[in-house]
Amino acid sequence: MPNYVRLLPPLSCLLLASCSGWQSALNAHGTSAVNLKQLIILIVALCSLVWMLVMVALIGALWRRRPERILPTELDPRRERRMSSAVIAATIAMTAVIGGFTVASFFTTRALGVAGPDDLTVKVGGSQWWWNIEYLNPQSDKSFRTANEIHIPVGRNVRFQLEGDDVIHSFWVPSLAGKQDLIPGRSNELTIRAEHAGIYRGQCAEFCGLQHAHMAFLVIAEPQETFANWVETQRQHADDPPDEERAAGRDAFIAKACASCHTIRGTSASARPVPISHMSAAANTLLLACSKPPVARSRPGSPIRKH
Amino acid sequence: MTDSVLEPKTRDNELDRPLLEAALTETWKTPSGFWNTLSTVDHKIIGKRYIFTAFVFLALGGILAGLMRVQLAQPEARLLSADRYNQIFTMHGANMMFLFAVPVMEAVAIYLVPLMVGTRNIAFPRLNAFSYWIYLAGGLLLWIAFALDMGPDVGWFAYVPLSGPQYGAGKRADIWAQMITFTELSALAVSVELVVTIFKQRAPGMSLDRIPLFAWAMLVTSFLVIMAMPAIMVASTSLILDRLVGTHLFNPVEGGDALLWQHLFWFFGHPEVYIIFLPAAGMVSTILPTFTGRPVFGYLALVMALVATGVLSFGLWVHHMFVTGLPRLGASFFTASSTAIAIPAGIQIFCWLATLWDGKPVFKTPLLFVIGFIVTFVIGGLTGVMVASVPLDTQVHDTYFVVAHFHYVLVGGAVFPLLGAIYYWLPKITGRMMSERLGRWVFGLIFTGFNLTFFPMHILGLEGMPRRIYTYQPDLPWHGLNVFVSASSLVLIAGFLLFFFEAIRSARQGLPAGPNPWNAPTLEWATSSPPPSYNFPRLPVVNGLYPLWEQPTELFVAGGLRVDRRELVVTSMAAAEPEAREASPRNSIWPLWAALATTVTLIWSIFSPWAVVWGPIPVAITLIGWFWPKGTPEDES
Repeated sequence: MPNYVRLLPPLSCLLLASCSGWQSALNAHGTSAVNLKQLIILIVALCSLVWMLVMVALIGALWRRRPERILPTELDPRRERRMSSAVIAATIAMTAVIGGFTVASFFTTRALGVAGPDDLTVKVGGSQWWWNIEYLNPQSDKSFRTANEIHIPVGRNVRFQLEGDDVIHSFWVPSLAGKQDLIPGRSNELTIRAEHAGIYRGQCAEFCGLQHAHMAFLVIAEPQETFANWVETQRQHADDPPDEERAAGRDAFIAKACASCHTIRGTSASARPVPISHMSAAANTLLLACSKPPVARSRPGSPIRKH
Repeated sequence: MTDSVLEPKTRDNELDRPLLEAALTETWKTPSGFWNTLSTVDHKIIGKRYIFTAFVFLALGGILAGLMRVQLAQPEARLLSADRYNQIFTMHGANMMFLFAVPVMEAVAIYLVPLMVGTRNIAFPRLNAFSYWIYLAGGLLLWIAFALDMGPDVGWFAYVPLSGPQYGAGKRADIWAQMITFTELSALAVSVELVVTIFKQRAPGMSLDRIPLFAWAMLVTSFLVIMAMPAIMVASTSLILDRLVGTHLFNPVEGGDALLWQHLFWFFGHPEVYIIFLPAAGMVSTILPTFTGRPVFGYLALVMALVATGVLSFGLWVHHMFVTGLPRLGASFFTASSTAIAIPAGIQIFCWLATLWDGKPVFKTPLLFVIGFIVTFVIGGLTGVMVASVPLDTQVHDTYFVVAHFHYVLVGGAVFPLLGAIYYWLPKITGRMMSERLGRWVFGLIFTGFNLTFFPMHILGLEGMPRRIYTYQPDLPWHGLNVFVSASSLVLIAGFLLFFFEAIRSARQGLPAGPNPWNAPTLEWATSSPPPSYNFPRLPVVNGLYPLWEQPTELFVAGGLRVDRRELVVTSMAAAEPEAREASPRNSIWPLWAALATTVTLIWSIFSPWAVVWGPIPVAITLIGWFWPKGTPEDES
């Protein structure tokens, strides 16, 4: 079993309030997510101020003492002029705020880095309802695939090539970056740079059919060395089960419907679309999200979970 | 028609009031009886039907919302299956947008605009009857399909390829697409009627700068409908072509384009938001003068803001597509245009605040809803500015932040003014007042319940909760807020239940309203409550924006209309100078038959392309019946 397992278990994460936002735009750990969080805080503060000013004006207008008016249509031209000036001033102020906001938004867009062609490139395919991750290498036998589990080195730009395989999906890891759609017939790109090691949850953000709610994935950011080891492991076949219980689990997996979709490299369940050869324990919980009938779905405590 | 054949005393200025009213009633009435009820072309009867039907759909959509809140109150809930939930959120969105929000605004306009501009019936009254039947048929199609487990399950904007033939199995997406055709058809019909009524049937003297602001808002809205709806009809028809006859307009594998759908849909879909909001803004501008006792501040600025919003609304559809990978320069342009639309919205808010500042507010329920509208709509507008920013949108797009945003805009910005408008105008419609005491409760419950329900969704969105998920895993930190939201929605539901109860109760037992219970200034208050079938015994003539304030004792009236046939005055477009007497069609059953024939054709075309070949034949027959001269006096003039 890979040694990073101890880093991961999401259940222990629940106990620690500090990492309760592992899928949150407010818990930013990627370069662009940090930029976006700053923009969000700036704009929310500014908008709250505008809203409060409007509320002060509203409360003032409602509570004000005022002289009795005799006829509704009898208006004082001087007061009307003063009110016109106030409305015009407010409009100009609002236009200035909105203009400033538009400029701030524009500069944030420019600040979001874009990976160069030399950076690590990961191809992401969106399918109903799982993520097909391909680590491309010029030597084809060094390329490999995973499902719903992405490892990236910390502190490096990683370029994600996004392609929709069936319907439109949206790739979103809020703690690392904003989302980008995967559209059949088009190719989109997204650059992610994790600033801290950790596990970040992502989820499909564009409604994609029956099990859209379960189309999640994990991005595991780790130091370069650990990442390199992981890459090396991925190129190997799956380990043989070390004990009887796990062997039984593997046999059940191959015998039941699971193996009709899921690949385990080095077993007879190979050459299937969904590769799960070296799934981490954290990603394993995502197997709960396997959208196929419950007979093929693992339950906590069942042999498959321990594989 | 020559004057020599006129019988004596067939002109309204030749008759005394009691005789005049008797003659007009005889000419304009809808006799009782089943077929007569179905044949009516009275804009008030059809308007009431429209309003009632739209509120029924609101209640049904609310039940769906409640079901979703029960499901989301706990992680991994099993109350609804994924399939049922996906149908439910699609139904909720499609129902609220197409069967409630747009129709209810048009419904109120069908009832009020002819009264506000001082005419006897809406233009093209038979088309009006037809539009109601089509609307009803579209609503029934959607809900019956849902009851049969055939409800659409692809989201209310039905993105391809998910809704296309490869992935959208069965007839669910077709039902959605054809429901669109029904509601667009009825909306287009009503828009044409309103444009003509407002341009050509205004009371003599009601020049362009004296049109009540609600009528101005409906005029701009109607033009938006006429220009935006063709895009969605092209889109939904293309989708049906892809699904039924195997075109590949949206299929990328065969050279089609999945993004084309989004461009077509949102070119309609964004103006749609303003099609809902502008009438609400018109309601606010109309309610405010009555409850502040002064003319609305900045009439010209408000009209210009309505027009500017209408024009700009066509230039920002791409902000729904910021994460589809569009070129950045283009996206930045749409950020600028999307934030620019906040300027006319801001101008309207400032003018309303100035009206409240200088006037003397009378805190009746309609004004309470207007105040609640200002509080919530400003929040919705500001979050709208946020989502207009491309980078910010990449984090909040398709999350509960956006769900919160558009409910603030649509409920805060349109439903609050609408409820205020119901409290304001229902006494005109039923002739009976709603209870002020219960009104405060209704406002308090709905305002509190709404904010407690929807404000936390902003936070849920930022915490990473995507919209349209039927459940979530227990290890995600969303449970607490979801429980809070679901519990708060009970307050909101209680407010609406009380509102429905009170609306029905007041219609039977409320205190008599009299013609003008609020001392309001516009023409709809110049006639009895409820108004007679002919609206005004003598057509009013106006010389200002607030006729009932300017001529408090008696209105000037125009004379010379025939009372033995349905006649109304056509006036010039700008100055509203009388131009001609125009016949107004009598009741007819043919619009119902035409609507039925159209319904059969449209539903048949879900299943077979031959419907397009054979379906028009019965439609043509019913149209011939509709227009066949029947020798009535109206035909001869």
